[in-house]
Amino acid sequence: MSTQIKERDTETESESSEESEHQTRRLSEKRERADMKERADNDLSEHDETVRLKVFRYDPEVEGKKDPRFDTFEVPFTKGMTVLDALIYARDHFDSSLTFRHSCRQAVCGSDALFVNGRQRLGCKTQMVDLEWPVRIEPLPHADVVKDLIVDMEHFYDQMESVEPYFQTNELPSGEEQRQSRENREKVKMSTRCIWCSACMSSCNVAAGDNEYLGPAAINKAYRFAMDEREGEDMKAHRLNIIEQEHGVWRCQTQFSCTEVCPKDIPLTEHIQELKREAVKSNLKFW
Amino acid sequence: MTIHEHDVVVVGAGGAGLRAAIAAEEEGADVAMVTKLHPVRSHTGAAEGGINAALRDGDDWELHAYDTMKGSDYLGDAPAIETLAQDAPEEVIQLEHWGMPFSREDDGRVSQRPFGGLSFPRTTYAGAETGHHLLHTMYEQAVKRGIRVYDEFYVSQLAVTDHDDPEDRECHGCVAYDIKSGDVVGFRARNGVVLATGGDGQVFEHTTNAVANTGDGPAMAYRAGVPVEDMEFVQFHPTTLPSTGVLISEGVRGEGGILYNSEGERFMFEGGYANNAGELASRDVVSRAELTEVNEGRGINDEYVYLDMRHLGEERINDRLENIIHLAEDFEGVNPIDEPMPVKPGQHYHMGGIETNENGETCVSGLYAAGECACASVHGSNRLGGNALPELIVFGARAGHHAAGRDLGTAEVDTGPSARTETEDGLDTPVEPGALDTPDSDVAADGALVEPVELVERAVERERARIEDMLERDGTNHAEIREDLQETMTENVNVFRREADLKKALEVIRECRERYQGVAVSDPSRTFNTDLIHTIETGNLIDIAETITLGALAREEFRGAHWRQEHQERKDGEWLKHTMISWNDGSPELYYKPVVLEGENKEYEPKVRSY
Repeated sequence: MSTQIKERDTETESESSEESEHQTRRLSEKRERADMKERADNDLSEHDETVRLKVFRYDPEVEGKKDPRFDTFEVPFTKGMTVLDALIYARDHFDSSLTFRHSCRQAVCGSDALFVNGRQRLGCKTQMVDLEWPVRIEPLPHADVVKDLIVDMEHFYDQMESVEPYFQTNELPSGEEQRQSRENREKVKMSTRCIWCSACMSSCNVAAGDNEYLGPAAINKAYRFAMDEREGEDMKAHRLNIIEQEHGVWRCQTQFSCTEVCPKDIPLTEHIQELKREAVKSNLKFW
Repeated sequence: MTIHEHDVVVVGAGGAGLRAAIAAEEEGADVAMVTKLHPVRSHTGAAEGGINAALRDGDDWELHAYDTMKGSDYLGDAPAIETLAQDAPEEVIQLEHWGMPFSREDDGRVSQRPFGGLSFPRTTYAGAETGHHLLHTMYEQAVKRGIRVYDEFYVSQLAVTDHDDPEDRECHGCVAYDIKSGDVVGFRARNGVVLATGGDGQVFEHTTNAVANTGDGPAMAYRAGVPVEDMEFVQFHPTTLPSTGVLISEGVRGEGGILYNSEGERFMFEGGYANNAGELASRDVVSRAELTEVNEGRGINDEYVYLDMRHLGEERINDRLENIIHLAEDFEGVNPIDEPMPVKPGQHYHMGGIETNENGETCVSGLYAAGECACASVHGSNRLGGNALPELIVFGARAGHHAAGRDLGTAEVDTGPSARTETEDGLDTPVEPGALDTPDSDVAADGALVEPVELVERAVERERARIEDMLERDGTNHAEIREDLQETMTENVNVFRREADLKKALEVIRECRERYQGVAVSDPSRTFNTDLIHTIETGNLIDIAETITLGALAREEFRGAHWRQEHQERKDGEWLKHTMISWNDGSPELYYKPVVLEGENKEYEPKVRSY
């Protein structure tokens, strides 16, 4: 502190003799400031115009892609751009072998669940402006990677189909609809919104450690039918049996990760908890 | 070589494909679905509105048929329309019995609501997600029945005999590319192939359709000799988001949302487009008004207009239009409670398609089509809201039943070149349409003389060679061609159609076809090669774009969704007929067949379509 002041004093005192040195330093400081400003401006304008994607790449049979790597793409940013838009741009303009599933672009087909900046998200409904840049895009964790951002969905489909995911009843009115109360329809409403994207399954620590665990989506599917009054009480008991199995509802540790990542806002953890309570109640009835 | 054998092979697993497969299974057939997606990824899931069906006292199928005929602007065929209206109630009850979560009334019965152009509130719905629930409910039933699904298999060729007359040809199966493994495999269909490939909106640059909606079915059927019908009739929806094409429901305008231009004018009234109905005029009227504003320099960014619902207040918006907030925020980055939403017209639905009769049969025996890819024709020149979903289930079921052998009686709608009553020989096109080297078609050479399985094997060999070639050579990337094609279609064959623009489009399409000859796939991988899939799709888009444009150039009148600058009147004297285009082994031929206005109990009399 004192040294600094002293130096300054010295400078002032010997202004004329030190002038050139002083001026040089001032100029260099000014230059530095200008450079910094320019760099900042550049950064800013870069950010205004392009977004950097770091995308996971892997192909089991193409030389150079057998070892997983990350490729960087600079994509021009436009207002309203989603992660999917950016991937499509990168594929169509830089590398046509960049591979990912997508179809509807409006969050109903469930094809493009991805691991974006460390979280499961649907590429089509994630706005670029809501993310930290650069944006890191990886395939869903806890599933086998087929190529680039594509994972093998077979295990997920098997789990979904293992809970008898179809309406079953023995009593149907002839020529007209079954009756269902508005309250009951409301009760199953959120559970029927599932689009099979598997974001929940990918986020679940329990599913990651227990491959036979039904997982949040399949249990939610069971909930959708177990709670539907049109199937009747016998069928409900049958459904509770299915989800009570060793790798069923009791595995859930209520960590809520599935609920957090669900792009359709389905209260998955609550549904699992409710089935646990129903299972206890129905067991009490028998004993 | 792998050849899978089934009685019935259904191509596509959306609403129509699932219903066809379940129907064939009900009939005792061994059935398989082959789809380039997984069934639950199909675009049926995006349908919002509902399913028209006359279920209640005070309504009956004849009223539904009448509304549909009027909405079609008298270009629908009465036997098909009446079949739709008669079968829809039973099909809707069937869906309910399969557990579909319909919205309910206080008495527990399924709800119905009013929709545009309907004389009775007969649109049955499940929230604003009717298509999603219909798709999932039917997939669940397919799982229950253990129906075999080949998912992520892309069907790219049909196996059809090469008899000179398409009406003598037979379809014995199809060829598919196994996307995961890269194998080219055959499907032998002992009884029939049902095409249920959905829409073809990717022909246009701006569409509400999925990326997968590339008209594969119509393109394959067309090249195999089946005529395509009324291809010029494309529905454009007036309120889609500019950056993605995501649909903003008519409900926003129904609740009082207003449209205005860059000068703040409420142009539907101030511009005199619809002095009475204003924003609630029919889809084609609003779409034309929006584009007129943009073309005359009153658009925002020369591209779109504003749809504003801020004045409705946060509470009402949250209560009735909550999903719109999510759509605008997620897909356009706009919060519609604070800002107006940018909107512009986008391609939404294709009324035209593969010519079928009311049993789903095409003129090639063993080949069926149902759903948006088909043209029975129920929608004529304009589809009513709520009529797409019943079409899927009614005609999906009929095609599936018929293919599996059920007797549905003789159809009244005639198909094939023999239904021709008039040939178009005066069409002035700037370039020759069709194949670059004739003859060229997807039928197997000498296919008439070989056994069905051998026919499929030959088709597999041919397709394998074509794919190898595309993978191995160097050349143009398909994406550039697709982009130019989509651009010219949206610029020249959109809502407004002028003779000069249509001719310009034909020239660009021809250029695209020439460039496509040198197309190459740069991804060398056999694993999940989407570059290859998209390249094959782009070839299909070129054929579809050409038929839409040829039809639009030929039809010199203004009917339903088809507007021609030079011809501002509906001309019933001359144009109560379907535009038919036949590939004719590479030299497309245009001809006409009459509209069938004779119904079961009455003759439909063309009237002015006003509401």
